[in-house]
Amino acid sequence: MRGNTVVGEAAIRAGCTCYFGYPITPQNELPEYMSRRLTEIEDGIFIQSESEISAINMVLGASVAGARVMTSSSSPGISLKQEGISFLCGDELPAVIVNMVRGGPGLGNISPAQSDYFQSTRGGGHGDYRTVVLAPASCQEMADLTMEAFDISDYYRNPVLILADGMLGQMMEPVTFENYKPRELPKKDYIIDGAKGRPSRFVRSLILNTKDMEEHNWKLMRKYKMITKNEIKCDEFMMDDAKIAVVAYGTAARIAKGAVKRARKEGLKVGLIRPITLWPYPSEVIKKWARSVSLFVVFEMSAGQMIEDVELSLKGSSEVYFYGRPGGVIPTPMELVKIISSQYYQKGF
Amino acid sequence: MQIKTIFAGFGGQGVLMMGYTFAVAAMREDKIVTYLPSYGAEVRGGTANCTVAISDEEIASPIASSPEFIVVMNKPSLHSFQNKVQTGGILFLNSTLIDEDPSRGDIESIAIDAGDMAEGIGDARTANLIMLGAFIKKTNLVNIDAAIGGLGDIFEGKKKVIEMNSNALTIGYDSLK
Repeated sequence: MRGNTVVGEAAIRAGCTCYFGYPITPQNELPEYMSRRLTEIEDGIFIQSESEISAINMVLGASVAGARVMTSSSSPGISLKQEGISFLCGDELPAVIVNMVRGGPGLGNISPAQSDYFQSTRGGGHGDYRTVVLAPASCQEMADLTMEAFDISDYYRNPVLILADGMLGQMMEPVTFENYKPRELPKKDYIIDGAKGRPSRFVRSLILNTKDMEEHNWKLMRKYKMITKNEIKCDEFMMDDAKIAVVAYGTAARIAKGAVKRARKEGLKVGLIRPITLWPYPSEVIKKWARSVSLFVVFEMSAGQMIEDVELSLKGSSEVYFYGRPGGVIPTPMELVKIISSQYYQKGF
Repeated sequence: MQIKTIFAGFGGQGVLMMGYTFAVAAMREDKIVTYLPSYGAEVRGGTANCTVAISDEEIASPIASSPEFIVVMNKPSLHSFQNKVQTGGILFLNSTLIDEDPSRGDIESIAIDAGDMAEGIGDARTANLIMLGAFIKKTNLVNIDAAIGGLGDIFEGKKKVIEMNSNALTIGYDSLK
């Protein structure tokens, strides 16, 4: 199945009943798929909205009414959704938002890129908030993480972002949907579904009293701490005796894995650390390897964004080298092998 | 074993369908497969290519730095991709639209008059699957029956289309000894 379609089918199987979005390449197969599948679901709602801004606000509406809801877009469209994402966080509402990143800034192009890392992990909207960011690297992970995203989102009442790119969206690989183990979730006792027979409820982010607003912020922070404690995911590959660790996520990690395999064939001691959650970031994993690894090579399809998280994790305890290709260029494994081996011999490992 | 192939041409030639049919055939034979399309913003006339990797173990990168095989459907694709194919690899070219030989001596090149053969069976659009038929015969990566069976899944319910394309696959397959 094609990556975009996988996300759609995974969402449906995880109980998503509402999708709102506005078309943009390279994620159009996803809304196309949802438009067909949601008509087969009881209470399924699909709306192609008039803009990304209205789509994200429809998401907010469906979420506050208790539905499992999803929207998707690509970079410029996700920028338009930022206000809504900030509101979802302030209102503490769950939603799953998919970003099939393309080259930027501005309209950019339609090629795969990873230049929305800052926007996704730091938050492109206003206010002290965080969104969980999941970065799949295969069609199978697109299925698994999409299904889990709904559970994480409902459990913590916070939006979850799936950060992929045009390549993962367009690529086809065989997929199974059987890996999903639904979590036990608290009852949605905050939703607005008619107050007959019960006291009325409020879902809002407008809190004019500064003391109350501060407490609301601390409450959010306590939640983010809990997420950081419980939800970090990271994959390690051939790290045991590695002198150089490549750090890469998503599509770049696929390329890096190919490069690491080749470098290993040449006898170079190289491994791969692949963060699956970009927020919360697996800093402890990076830190752990600083004892045995002499050089961290951060590899991104951007001009260098995740490198900041690697440097924050290491706090200067180890050397970091960056290699990236921005603008929608897809680097080849060979290209990275050359970088790795030149660093390897320069450092005299 | 891991084999990567790039299929390239211009939008409208069925380049992506050629790669997809191959990928589906490999999947039917329980191989591990990745199919990665890449195309311009134009619906027709832009560049189009796809990379298919087949393997019996996990495929790390779906991108091909130096593929074993390349199938090119037009001249610009020959120019942009001939230098990628690895030494000892095979380049398949659609000689109906490409009137030159590849400039490399370290690879095998196979010319198939796919465009004319497609005209011959009454549908110029089937040049892609004629090409694929010949590719399958030469490389022996999948069974031709798996590819024909795959067409049934891809064009589910469209009997005429399946027939036309199966015919094209077989003609391409039989065109090489």
